[in-house]
Parts: sequence; structure tokens; C-alpha cells
Amino acid sequence: MLEVRELSKSFGGLKAVDQASLDVRQGEIVGLIGPNGAGKTTLFAAIAGFHAPDAGHVAFEGKDITGLAPHRICAAGMVRTFQITQPFAKISVRENIMVGAYFRTADRKLAEREAEAVAGIVGMAGQLDQMGADLTVAGRKRLELARALATGPRLLLLDEVMAGLNPTEITEIVQVIREIRNSGITILLIEHVMQAVTSLAERVYVLNQGRMIAEGTPAAIAENAQVVEAYLGHGAAKVLRA
Amino acid sequence: MSRQALLCALGLAAAVIYPLVAPNYLINIGMMVFFVAFIGQSWNIAGGFAGQTSFGHVVFFGTGAYTSTILQVTYGWNPWLAWPAAMLAGGIVGWVIAFLSFRAGLRGSYFALITLAFAEVFRILANSVPFTRGGLGMLIKADQRPINFQFKEPIWIYYIALALCVISLLIAWQLTRNRFGARLVAIRENEDAARALGIDVFAEKVKVLTLSGAMCAAGGTFYAQKYLYIDPSIAFGVDKSVEMLLVSMVGGAGTIFGPLIGSVALTAINEITRWLASVVPALKNVQPLSLVVYGIMLVLIVARLPDGLMGLFRRKPRHA
Amino acid sequence: MLDPQIIFAGVLNGLLAGGIYVLVAVGLTLIYGVLHIINFAHGSLLMLAMYAVFFLWRLIGIDPYVALPVVIAGAFVFGFVLYRLVIGRFSHGRDENILLITLGLSIVIDNVALLFFGGDTQTIDVPYAGSFVELGAAFLPLPKLISFGASLLICAILGLYMAKSDTGKAIRAVAKERQGARLVGIDVDNIFAISYGIGIACLGAAACLLMPSYYVTPTSGHAFVLVAFTIVVLGGMGSFIGAAVGGFIIGITEALGGLFLGEQLGQIGISLIFILILLLKPTGLFGSKA
Ligand SMILES: Nc1ncnc2c1ncn2[C@@H]1O[C@H](COP(=O)(O)OP(=O)(O)OP(=O)(O)O)[C@@H](O)[C@H]1O
Ligand SMILES: [Mg+2]
Repeated sequence: MLEVRELSKSFGGLKAVDQASLDVRQGEIVGLIGPNGAGKTTLFAAIAGFHAPDAGHVAFEGKDITGLAPHRICAAGMVRTFQITQPFAKISVRENIMVGAYFRTADRKLAEREAEAVAGIVGMAGQLDQMGADLTVAGRKRLELARALATGPRLLLLDEVMAGLNPTEITEIVQVIREIRNSGITILLIEHVMQAVTSLAERVYVLNQGRMIAEGTPAAIAENAQVVEAYLGHGAAKVLRA
Repeated sequence: MSRQALLCALGLAAAVIYPLVAPNYLINIGMMVFFVAFIGQSWNIAGGFAGQTSFGHVVFFGTGAYTSTILQVTYGWNPWLAWPAAMLAGGIVGWVIAFLSFRAGLRGSYFALITLAFAEVFRILANSVPFTRGGLGMLIKADQRPINFQFKEPIWIYYIALALCVISLLIAWQLTRNRFGARLVAIRENEDAARALGIDVFAEKVKVLTLSGAMCAAGGTFYAQKYLYIDPSIAFGVDKSVEMLLVSMVGGAGTIFGPLIGSVALTAINEITRWLASVVPALKNVQPLSLVVYGIMLVLIVARLPDGLMGLFRRKPRHA
Repeated sequence: MLDPQIIFAGVLNGLLAGGIYVLVAVGLTLIYGVLHIINFAHGSLLMLAMYAVFFLWRLIGIDPYVALPVVIAGAFVFGFVLYRLVIGRFSHGRDENILLITLGLSIVIDNVALLFFGGDTQTIDVPYAGSFVELGAAFLPLPKLISFGASLLICAILGLYMAKSDTGKAIRAVAKERQGARLVGIDVDNIFAISYGIGIACLGAAACLLMPSYYVTPTSGHAFVLVAFTIVVLGGMGSFIGAAVGGFIIGITEALGGLFLGEQLGQIGISLIFILILLLKPTGLFGSKA
């Protein structure tokens, strides 16, 4: 469904993403993990059209979408959320989600109904009249998810929707994500909460210093020495095994 | 009928009856209130709803005023026909400025400043090229017949201003309930998020500036027909730009009634200072004082009351 | 075609005017570089300083050049206080909001001036106003020459101050890395106020240098604000070298525009440069990333 081939993106001298490749197949939940500053968000941004990649290709459902503008990529059926949540502060949650829903319809009533339905899915039905600015961290994360969902994507790119949440909230959002997948939407998610990745993802990619260093099932990844070292520093794997 | 609709109907009825009972000078004041509210609304659609703050909106106003006046004076057009042509010209200028500025990625202050510079270029050109008669300005021959968009009785020009104002309110009202408006607000609140949600930010911004430019140009023609005279500093001077921005910001940027409320407030302050000047001889120069008050209001409102005077009327948004 | 000697004289006159623009623009670019705010009240504050110079001369008979230290000090204090009382409290949030606040300030200042000083054009007739210096074919007014030299001297002193003094180093540290400066114990808010004060002090100096050969009205601010912005944008927002080079380019552009296109149309060059720079190279000649 999504094919990323040898994508690179630098900022000045810094290679934030360095020839990274990944595949997402229809119906999967795929995890993308890696230490802070590994380039995960940059990779998302390059896939979704927010950064023009320096090199490499992105294909979505067989079509080359490399370097297309974000709204074109959204039209193709792929939407990203933001790690640093970007709510429309001065309008209500309902209106926030409607902006997404308007992507599929120009009709206000329809968009409103759609927004309310989506709010139900992500568990925001009770907060429809709150202002974007007044939401808690958990609320903002859900709103990110809801707005993206409302555009009717076939592939969702979720950037750390669990960061800053407490365990109960994480359990809830894991459930929500699972339901979204069950409704037929494919998901690629960046996550630091390993427990969530393990329970959600069928496959996991590991990015470190801009390079894709491993790919596999969550269980296999947890055993992978290279990955452990990437997280804990050189030599850590040996120490742990000992 | 909802309470708001009832209030609007009452307000409209009062505005229609008002000139039937008010003396001429008050009719004129009312006319100015609606006229300034109208051009203020043209600013508000771009600056308030879409968040594209312009410091040079007068460029559209002057384009409209000069287009219809030149067509009329130089080419003998009927002003009613020249009016849509003026709007077209204003729309085109809006489109071009928006296209260039937004293609170059200008945002925020940079966009505000470049509109100011465009207005300045137009002012200098109007001052210099022969077909605008330069600094002399252009006179429209007085011939007070409705077919000439000139009226003996101030009541008619008042009603036209009222109609313009009502139309602008309807446009703003539509923006609060249609997709285009929702997208503009999304762009104002967060461009990146808007883009992620499939909005073609560039296209929408160009669209809104085109609309705003056409509206503002309509105001320019109206002004030229009311005073039968324009010159470069009236048509392209920074004062009108500031006036449009002020009434919208003070009344409440991005709200339907903001520009109208701002215009009422501006006029009220003007009249009070004029009255003050008549009782306190030391204050014989009226205009500055009202603008001092308005400047202070602008600072306070930007800093403390982002929804302007409208924010005072509206109940606080519900909190969790 | 114009006589080359006239063009030569035009260029020289443009350079002289540019010398003073540099001072105005350095103030603006300093404020932008440190505080990241676009000071739309810059022209109005210059106008106010010019009135101060005018009244010092009219009421007490102080020559504008003699008034330099007083006006510079006064302008610094005024800017410092203005920042502390008004701008500093509001200088956060969206950049266009800060622009609107400084616009509001400029409206207030312009109209207060109109209210108290009236709309008349005011000039100072210094005894040396009519003196000229002959340079080749060009006759250069003595006051403009003095002002030119003084302006560059003041810029040089300011540059030295920024490079060598502790305050100057602190200002540069804040301009470069606000959070970092805070962490190493610099009182950032105080540096902001000082920087704003220095920016306005530049205007005080410019006012003293302008008045012997220029005039002031409450709308003088308008005349300068777009010029100052154009210089700063041309040179690159926040760049000192840029402000200096930009000042000369704009001074010459203005003079030659007037020569070739006439008084009215000649002004168009500045606005066009402003537009073209923003559209084509928003970082200016010497600016880093915007
Ligand atoms: N716009 C930018 N300009 C310059 N450098 C950037 C930019 N965006 C990211 N970087 C740098 O690129 C690197 C990768 O950043 P990125 O945000 O993609 O990492 P990440 O894997 O998402 O990290 P985290 O887990 O903390 O979110 C970092 O060193 C970051 O500082
Ligand atoms: Mg990230």
C-alpha cells in the first residue's frame, strides 16, 4: 500500500533521514520506533508532503506521490497527525473535526454528522463543544486522531499519539486504534510506548540516526541486539545478555 | 425564529426606518457607518476570518474607485455598469497580489508589509501616470440622477450603503457556516494542520483575497460616486487601510458583526470628539483625538481582547 | 540622457542621505534581531525625536548637533520605558499581533503629535544651512556632509559597543540564542528593554542629524517607515552590515529615481525594491534564515 524507497532528508549538514525504506501493506498496523531524534517525525513529514525529500521515492497504492503537496496526498487517501498537537485553538472540537470532514463533503449538515460520528469513535462525544485551546494533552491527541480520521483516509500516519498520556488513557487509545484498523484503515504509527507497539503492531521498523536498522515482529525486534544498542548505547546488548 | 434572527430583523427594520425620521446630517453619519462597515468587512474576510492581516487593503479600494471613475469620465460608461467592472478589477488585483505573495511563502507580518508596499506603488503610479490625471485627482461631473448613480436625496445613498453592509454581513454569515469559511478559519488557526487535513492552503488564500479585493473595490466605486472626486492619497492613502483594519480589529476580527460594531464605535468616538471640540476650544483639531483613542483601543484589544468589542457581548466559551 | 556630472552629484547626494538612513535602519534591525518584533512605530518615533530636536532649538536655542547627546540619552530612556510599559508586556504571541500593537502605537504617536504640534511643516534654520562644499561638479550641503560623517561615526561606535562591551555581548548572545542566554544567567527581559532603547536612541541620533537639512511634520514618520523597512529587508532582517549596505543602496536609488523618473514617480523604486526582495529573496542580501 505504501512503499518508501531510500528516502533521504537533510537539514543543513544533518542527515535527519538517510536512505530509509519501508513498506506498509493493506490492513496492517505497522510500528515505527527509534530513539529521540532518530528522524521518525521527519520521515513522516517527508512521506506526507511536508518536506520535499532530497532523494528517494514514496509510492502510495502504486502511484508515485514523492514531493506532492500535503493536500494532494490527503486526497490520495493518506493523512498524518502531528506529534506536537496542532489544534485549531479558537474553534470547538466539533468544528475542528468538521474541517477534516469537509474534505469529503461540502455539506455542512453532513460534515457535522460525520464529525460527531468520528468524535464517538475516538471517545470525544462529550467534548464536542469545548474549544480546541481548552483540551488536555489526552484531548488534543484524540483530536489529532479524530480530525485525520474525518478526512476518510485509507492509511493513517500517527505520530506519538500516546506520548504524555497516563496508563488508563493509553489503554483507551490502544483500543480506539484497534477499532480504527478493524474498520478497514491501515495504520503506520510512531510510538515510544513499547507496550502499546507490542500489543498493536504486526511489524515494527526501527530507525536510528536516520537509518532503518531493523524490521520484524515486535518480539523479534525486542531481541535484536542492534536495536537494543541503539536505545541503550554501545555494548548494552552484550551487558544485558550477560 | 431564534433570538438572534429576531434581533437582526429588528435591527434591519430600525436601519430602514431611520432615514425617514432622522435629519440629513444624521442620515449622512449613518451612511458612513454602513459604508465603513462594508469596507471593514472586506478586510475582515481576509484579515479576520482567514487571518491574512493586510496593511494595504486600500489598494483594492483605490483600484475600484479609479476603475469606475476612469471608465465613466474617460470612456463615458454608465457608473452602474462600471461598478461590476471595478469589482472585477479589484478581484484581479487581489488575485495577483495574493498569488505573488503566497507563492513566495509570505506570512504574518511579511504579508502585511508587502500589501502596504503594493498600495504605495499604486498610489505613486496614480500620482504619476496621465490617465489618472496625477495628483490633481479626478472629478465626476455632477448630474444628480439615479441613472448616474448620483442622488439628490441622501436617503438613497444611505440605502445603498445599507444594502452593501447587509450583503457583506450575509457573506460573513455564510462564511461561518460553509466549507470555505471553515477552511479559512482552519488556515488562520494553524496552516500546517490545515494542509495536513487536505486543504489547499495556497488556493484558499488566493480565493479569499480575490473575494475581499472585489468587495473592497465595490466600496471604492461607492465612495467615488458619493463624493464625485478621488485623488491618489484618498484612493490609495494609508489612512483608509488603517480605517478598515481598525474597525474590524476593534469590533472583533473574524466575527460577523465586528466591522459594523467597530464602525459604530469609530463614528461615535468621532462625534464625541467633534462635540468636545465645540465645547473645549483648545481641542479645535478633532480628528487626531479620536484616532488617539482608536489607536489605544487597538493596542488594548490586540493585547487583551482578541475578539474585540464583540467579545464583550459574547458569553465566555464553555469550559470543561 | 542626463549629464554624467548631474548623475554623479545625484549619487553623492544619495550616499549622503543613505548615511542617515543607515542609522534609522540599524535601530530597526537591532530591534528585530534581538526581540524578533517588527517595530512599525519606528517612523513615528523618529518623527517624535525630530520634534524634540526642533523644540530644543526653537525654545532653548540648542543647535541640533549640540543636542545629540541629550536627544540620544532621552530617546534611549524613552524607548526603554516604552518597552517596559507597553511593548514588553505584549511582545509575545503571533508576530502580526505585535505588528498591530506597534501600528496602534504609531497611530497614537502620529495623532498626539498632530494634536499638540499641529500639521504645519517645521524646519530649523541653522546658520550653516546655506553652506556648500564643492566636490568635483557636485555642491554638497554642509549640514548633510556633517550628518553623514556623524552618522557613520555613531554607527561605528555602536558596532564597537556591540562587539566589545559586556552589554553588547549580552545583546548578541540573546539575539543568537534566547534560551541559552537565559540559562547562563543573562537577564533577558532587561536586555530586550536595553536593545529597544538603543534602537530608539539611534532614531534620536538620526533626528539630530536630519533636522538641519530636513523638515518635520506629524506625517514624517510615514515617509521614513517604508524606507527603513526596505533597507532592513534588503540588507536582511537583523543584519547590521545589511542595514549599512542597504541604507546606501536605498539612498542612491531614491536620488537616482528622482533624477530619472521625476519627483513623484521616483519614489516608486523603494516600494518596488521592497516588494521584489520579499518575493524573490526574503532573506535579503546578508540575512540568515528568516
Ligand atoms: N525543521 C528542522 N530543521 C532542522 N533540523 C530539524 C528539523 N526537524 C528536525 N530536525 C532535526 O532532525 C533530527 C530528527 O528529528 P525528528 O523530529 O525527525 O526525530 P524523531 O525521531 O521524531 O524524534 P522524537 O522521538 O524526539 O520525536 C533531529 O536532530 C532534529 O533536531
Ligand atoms: Mg518525532
